[in-house]
Parts: sequence; structure tokens; C-alpha cells
Amino acid sequence: MSQSMSQTDQSAHAGKLTAANEAIERRVLEQTWGDKPGLWGALTSINHKTIGKRFIVTAFAFFILGGILSLLMRIQLARPENHFLGPDLYNQIFTMHGTTMMFLFAVPIMEAMAVYLVPLMVGTRSIAFPRLNAFGYWIYVFGGIMIYVAFVLNVGPDAGWFAYVPLAGPQYSPGKRVDFWAQLITFTEVSALVVATELITTIFKLRAPGMSLNRIPLYVWSVLVMAFMVFFAMPTIALASTSLILDRLVSTHFFNPAEGGDPILWQHLFWFFGHPEVYIIFIPATGFVSSIIPTFVRRPVFGYTALVLSLISTGFIGFGLWVHHMFAAGLPRMGESFFTAATMMVVIPSGIQIFCWIATIWAGRPIFKTPFLFALGFFFVFILGGMTGVMQASVPLDLQVHDTYFVVAHFHYVLIGGAVFPIFGAFYYWFPKFTGRMLSEAMGKLNFWLMFVGFNLAFFPMHYLGLKGMPRRVYTYPALAGWASLNLLATAGGVLLALGVLTFIVNVFVSRRRGALAGDNPWNAATLEWATTSPPPSYNFFRLPTVAGRDTLWVQPEDQPVIVGLRTDVRQVLVTKMLDAEPDHIEEFPKPTIWPLLTALAATGLFIASIFTPWAVVWGSIPVGIALIGWFWPKEKQKDERPPEEVKENVAKQDDAYLEEVA
Amino acid sequence: MFTDSWNLMNTSLKKSQWTTAHGRLPSAFRLLPSALCLVPSAFRLLPSAFCLLLSGCAGVQSSLDPAGPQADHIARIWWLMLFILSAIFVIVMALLALATWRRRASADNETELILKPEAGGESRMSTLVTTGVVITVFVLFILLISSFLTGRSLHSLAASNPQPLTIDITGQQWWWQVKYENDMPSQMVTTANEIHIPVGRIVQFKLKSNDVIHSFWVPNLHGKTDLIPGHVAATWIRADRPGIYRGQCAEFCGHQHAHMAFTVVVETEEQFKHWYDAQLLAAAQPANTQLARGQQVFMTSTCIMCHRIQGTDAGGAVGPDLTHVASRLTIAAGTLANTRDNLANWILDSQAIKPGNRMPPNPLNTEDLSALLDYLQSLK
Repeated sequence: MSQSMSQTDQSAHAGKLTAANEAIERRVLEQTWGDKPGLWGALTSINHKTIGKRFIVTAFAFFILGGILSLLMRIQLARPENHFLGPDLYNQIFTMHGTTMMFLFAVPIMEAMAVYLVPLMVGTRSIAFPRLNAFGYWIYVFGGIMIYVAFVLNVGPDAGWFAYVPLAGPQYSPGKRVDFWAQLITFTEVSALVVATELITTIFKLRAPGMSLNRIPLYVWSVLVMAFMVFFAMPTIALASTSLILDRLVSTHFFNPAEGGDPILWQHLFWFFGHPEVYIIFIPATGFVSSIIPTFVRRPVFGYTALVLSLISTGFIGFGLWVHHMFAAGLPRMGESFFTAATMMVVIPSGIQIFCWIATIWAGRPIFKTPFLFALGFFFVFILGGMTGVMQASVPLDLQVHDTYFVVAHFHYVLIGGAVFPIFGAFYYWFPKFTGRMLSEAMGKLNFWLMFVGFNLAFFPMHYLGLKGMPRRVYTYPALAGWASLNLLATAGGVLLALGVLTFIVNVFVSRRRGALAGDNPWNAATLEWATTSPPPSYNFFRLPTVAGRDTLWVQPEDQPVIVGLRTDVRQVLVTKMLDAEPDHIEEFPKPTIWPLLTALAATGLFIASIFTPWAVVWGSIPVGIALIGWFWPKEKQKDERPPEEVKENVAKQDDAYLEEVA
Repeated sequence: MFTDSWNLMNTSLKKSQWTTAHGRLPSAFRLLPSALCLVPSAFRLLPSAFCLLLSGCAGVQSSLDPAGPQADHIARIWWLMLFILSAIFVIVMALLALATWRRRASADNETELILKPEAGGESRMSTLVTTGVVITVFVLFILLISSFLTGRSLHSLAASNPQPLTIDITGQQWWWQVKYENDMPSQMVTTANEIHIPVGRIVQFKLKSNDVIHSFWVPNLHGKTDLIPGHVAATWIRADRPGIYRGQCAEFCGHQHAHMAFTVVVETEEQFKHWYDAQLLAAAQPANTQLARGQQVFMTSTCIMCHRIQGTDAGGAVGPDLTHVASRLTIAAGTLANTRDNLANWILDSQAIKPGNRMPPNPLNTEDLSALLDYLQSLK
């Protein structure tokens, strides 16, 4: 009896020691990976979750701004011959709305979610190139601030988010308005490219051992495809917007027909970027759907391989469709036919995805939580948008509906259905992971229904308006055209949609304080981000996981091994091989630093000043150079700012204190 | 203000085609491939039923109320696609609803459950998914072929008549110059924002732009074609139904994109001839002192710098040709009905009506204005 008692005592003591050791180790990890305290810590942070959260909140703030702009437009269009907004302001507003939603919300929010989630989902401590990640955020937020300051000062762009030349050229858009637009593109493309670099590297090189390519979660696959698309699409718009600003500032004549330039060239360059852009937004959203559906129908997704191949083929075909934005420009018929066929072809991978998801639901046991509702809403809205997309692939039909409200309806069905509904689903799904608390289900359902009904009321009538001859981008319309009542309906729907978004904001503010505690894995989901605490610690995982199967947490045996041997007092991550994720080597990651912020500030100075004088490119590059030198100044390997002895002493002290406490 | 213009046109012209709901909807899918002719005849009634539901597709600016073969071809492929794709949409939604509903969890807390895929069920599902994809590809193929065939029909009009009536359209911020081509310069007519064409005759539009990109679009007659600076585009139409149709610029072209409309008047061959001959004449000479004073006001104020009146010293090419301005239905590119009041307001301060347009305000005194209006209204 007494012997067994003492054994119990011993094991209890050992358990206490282990717990004590773990607590100490966690504290050391926190010291190593955590942000510094205070304002300085906030400015120097390079933690992917800190940056990711900021990125998400910022992108959402731009979504709200873009939404307010759209409400202003809907008020103006609610009545014929309305005088609420004049043409000058209306044209700025619709340009700002499109620019905001595409460049400051849709692409950034997809990147932001990926910056937060991908390192957790692949089971590593950090995103690759964390300093670059901080730079990517700063440059994006500075660009966004610049364009809104310009807008408030009445130098907001007014040539449309597509900035067709010659209208956007120096002759027909004098002043600085379009220059600000072109520079905003520079900001956002730099941000998108650096984030894409980090995401590709993270996915290829930082996956947990065992997560071979065929075990990567579908969301991570979708981010990979998105990042590659960013790689190939963004350089085109970089070229285009740089040529435009050169035309405007130093009188090059890339697009000036009078000097041998060609306005059609701009359209090709813009849409060679612009169409893939739609898929850059849509593909990660399919990743959200692929994450939400299995969790809420309680079974692995059906047709994993087919879904992955669909994503990849969409990524390729997405680059072969751009001319369908230019059918009315009168290109040769043979070429147009090719793009009709390509546009219809892109339906096939989307169809495969939709059928696979429906099969997954069919064989599953659906639970009607808010994220799942948003996924169902996605099906309804996105498929409708896809149908009208097929219609517009037809050159003859497109000649009628092109640049009418039919197209406005179509792409809002595709983008709100294909991206905004999934992103709201994703917010509900991952909010517990981000904050540790659940969003309210009741408010979530209200949110969904307001958005769903409001959206369809606002945008469905626009199909008919377009067929009845209402062109896009008009600041007003004649009363007799018979468009008034449907426009009023659309405005009412817009208000409902806005109320839905407002419900979400209220839900976030209430639930952040009072929501139910989430625990590690409130949905009992399968992917690795749910294997750590909510919210995750700065170092993501106490013990880096290994992966035994595709739906990791559902198939993991109890005694699945973890990774040991990484130092806790230095930012070490495990680099694995690209295909099979076998451990390769240990890499030391950089520490928090102010240089990414300073570099972003210097680059911002250069970009903005160059709008006013070409000499800014010369003088402005000096601060950028200095900042980059500071950033890349070589450091001695493994030399902590605090001497290791001090760290150890510190740890030992804490160790003793804890043991005393336990005793 | 627009309401006025169209109402006025309606009463003054007594042409009912564009206000009464026109029942002539796509009668069939006659020209579509034979495979599609198998569609039951009841199918033909669907478009009209649908239109009834949506309070009519008719209108002066509606792509669903075709008045010629081009718009008709396009309307047909629209109805075809609408029905096929709606059917698919309904089927997919039904599948989704069934999939969602048939095994829904009884309670919210069933997250403990993890279903294991079974080999048999999975292979059955992959058969179904594959079938779905094959059907999708098949349907897309049908739509693709019918789209190509429609495209071919659209282009056949151009080939069918080597000597069409050719009209040069030049887009400007924010109005349309219209020029009827003729081998003899004396037989060429220049006008603005109003195109008269004879019913049943094939018309070729040659489209170019003087400034930014515009797009020429008369929904009742055809889809749109862009006017791109540095390029000359062409489009062919034929109107089979007399009437007045409204066209509008469809490519964003700056401040007054919303007010860059034009009128297409489709009339009989005789009416057209009559109109054309009238347009060929030089402007009417002032018949009395009031009109002479009006002409003088025109010649001594800013008007003459931009506008042309054939047969006078006014030869500006910046704004619309005013030789027969009084014969037109609208002014300011389809913005206002061509009435004395509207004309007066437009001359005094066009910026209040169409902010940003190129015409400066003209603060004329009452007598001068009145004389000028008399003169302009005499230019029939």
C-alpha cells in the first residue's frame, strides 16, 4: 500500500516537474518569439499573427469605406435625375469604390488571412521572411492612406478602377488624380508580391514533417495557387501602371495614338492582370469553402485530388481569358472565338469543385452553424454569377450586355458570392482561433440572412436593368427609361446588405469581450491550426507537430510524435523538403526590427514625391537605400541581444521560483 | 428633364412604337442549329411569358426588344442561354438542398462525430461527379457552337450587301458627330446626335473617336462597338421596324458619360429621302430683322467659335453642326427635348444642366437671347 502510495507520489512529482518544465519552456519561447512591449513593440513586430491581424482589420476597414462609397452611389441612383452627387464626385466615388474593393480589400484580405493561417496550418513557428511580411503590411497601409487622403483633398482618381487611356492619359485627365491611382497600384503590387513570396516559401519549405504535398490542406493549396498567380499577374500591372505614369509625368507616349502609341495596349496589359485578379480573389475563397464544408458535415472532403487539380488548372486557364473584357473593342473574330472557348473552359474546373463539395455535403451530416450557412450562400450566389459569366463568354451576347448593369450584377455575384460570402464564413470559422472567443450564433444567422437577402435584392434587378439598356458608370439616368423602380429596389437591397455587415461588426465587438470561450478546437476540425491554443501563442506550437495523414487531427494517433531539438531561446524553425516535407535543416529567423517600417516609410516618400517631380526617384532612393542597408546589415549568428548566460540565469530563477511554488 | 424630352417627342411625332409595349419578341430559334430546333414549340412562348412577368421587355433602349436582325440574333441566344442555364441552376440548387437536408444533424452539438468515407459510397459518388462534369462539358459545347453560329449570322449582314448606306460616326466628349458618306462631297450630310436611317436598308457605321474611347450602342438594333482613337471600327445594322430608338455611349468617357446619348430615327425610304434632301440644303437665310439680329448675335458671340452653320461664316468644328438644329428632336446629345425653353437654358448656362461639358455659359441679355432663339429655331 505505502509503496504504491509513494509511487503515486513520485509520478505526481514527476508530473509536476514536467508541468513546471513545460511552463518554463513556454515562458522562454514567449520571450524569444513574442513582440516587444509597448508602442515600440507594435512598430517593430514581425510576428505573422500580429501582422496578420492588423492586415485583416485594415483590409476590413477598407471594405467598410468601399461599402460606404457604394451606398453613396446607390443613394444617387435611387431616383432618376438625382442631384445628390454631381458627376465629378460620382466619378471619383465609383473609381474609389472599385479601386478600394479590388486593391485595398479583396486581394489584401485574402493575403491577410493567409499570413495569419498558413504558418499555423502547415505547423511551423513563423511565416518565411517575417521582416518582409511586416514591410508588405506597412507599404499596403501607407498606399491605402495615401489614396484616401488624396480623395478627401478632392484629388481622388476619377477615370475608373481600370483607368482606360486616353481618358486616364495626360491630355484628358490633367492634374494629379490619376497619378495617385497609378502610384496606389505600385504600393499594392509591391505588397502583394512580397506576401506571395513569403507564402510560397512557407508552403514549400516550412511544412511540418509528414505533410507531403498530398496532405496539404486544401486552403493551403488554394493559397499556393493564388500566390503563384500574383507572381505572374502583378508584373503586368506594374508594367502598365508604370507606363501610364511615365506617359503622364515625363511624356512618354506608350498609349498616345497621336504619337504611335496604342490605347488597346493598355487594355491588354490591364486585363492580362485584371482577369487573373478575379481568380486571385476567388481561389483562396474556395479554400475557405473547402475548410468549412468538411468541418460542418463531419467528414473529409470528397475528391481531394480533383479539387487540387481544379485549383491548379483554374490558375492556368485564368491567364487565358483576358480578351473577354474587350469583345466590344473589335478584335479579329478568330481571336475572340478562342477566348470564348477559354472562358467556357474555365467553368469546367469550377464545376468539378462544386460537384465535389455537393458530394461531400451529400455524404456528410450537415450542422447549420453560421460558417456553413455562408458556404451555402456562396453556392447560390456564386453559381448564379457563374451562369451569367458563361453568357458573357459568348461574343454576340457580350456585345449587348458589356458595360451595362448586367455586368455590374454579374461580377458582384461572382465577387460577393465567390469571395465575400466565403470570407464572412471564414471570419465566423476562425474568429475563435484569432481571439479565443466564439462569435454569437444568433447574430451570425441574422448577419447571414440580412446579407443574403439584401445582396440579392440589390443586385438581381441589375441584370434586368442592363438588358433594358442601362449602361454602367453613369452618374444619373433619364426618368423615362423605366429604370427608376428597379434602381430604388437595388438601393433598398444595398441598405439591407449594409445592415448585415453592421450586424457583423456589432457581433465582433460584443463577442470579443463576452463571447463563449472557444478552447483549442471548438468545431472539432481537422487542420493543424486547431491543435494549438486559441489564440495561439507567439511561437504557434509548444511542440512542433508532425503529420500522419490528410485530415490531420482526425486521423492522428494519440502517440503521434512531436519535434524536439529546436532551441527555445533562439528563433529556430525547422525547414523541410519541398515534396515530402522530410526534415532538412534548422534555420534561424530574424528578430523584431524597426527597419521594415522605416523602409516602407522611405519607399512611400519616394512613390508619393515622384508624382510631383521625377527627381524624387533620384533623391528619394537615398533614404530607401539607407533603410535597406540598415535592414540587411549583417548580424552575428545566434547572438542574442541578451547574453545567453543571462537568459539561462533568468530561466533558472524562474525555475526555482516555480518549483518552490509547486512544493 | 429627360422625361420632358421624350414625352414631347412622343406627342409631337405621334409615333407609338417606342412607348407601347411591343409584342414582337423572338419568334423562334429559327436560325439556330438543327439540334436546337428539337426544342418543343411551347418553348417559344417562354420569352414572352418571361417578359410579361418582368413588365415587358419593350422599350426604346432595350436589348430584349429587337428591331432588326442583329439585335434579334443576340436576343435569341440570350433566351436560349437563359433557359438552359436556369435549368442547370435549378437542378444544382435542388441537388444542394437535398444534400444539405437529407442527413442534417438533429442537434448543434454533433461535432464529436467524424464520418469515415466508405469505399463503395465514394466510388458511387465519383461516378456521379464524373457524370455531372460530362454533362457540364456537353452543355458548354452546345452553348459554344450556338455562340459561334450567332457570331457568324451577325457578320453575314456585312457580306450580304457590298454597297450599304455608310455613316461615319465620330465620338466626342460628350456628343456624336454624324456624317453620311457619299462619293459626291455635295451630297454629304453632317449632323449631330441624331441618325436617320431607312427601314430595311443595310447600314454600315464607320466609328472613330476624336478624343477618348466611346462605345456606340443602340440596344434595339445591335450590340456595342467601341470607338477607339487611332482606329476605325465598323458595325452593320438593319432596322426592320420604323420607330425611334435611343442609343447611348457605353464606355466610360469622363464627366458627362451619362449624358452622351443619341437618337436613331428609323423611317420609310420616302421619309428618309425627304429628310436627307432637307439636310443637304444650306441654312435658311434670315427672313426678317428679328432673325437677322439673331444671326448677328450668333456671329458676334462665342457661338461661332465652335459651331458650324452651313451657308454662313460660322465654320467651327468643335461643337455640333447647327445648320438644321431646329429639325432635331433633342439637344445636348439626347439630354433635353428640343424646345425653346430648354434651348434658352442651355445657351445661358449649359454647365448647370450638363456640368463639365465644353460649352461656356453665355450671359446674353433678354433681347439678344430671344433673337438668337428665334434664329436657331428657324434653322429647320
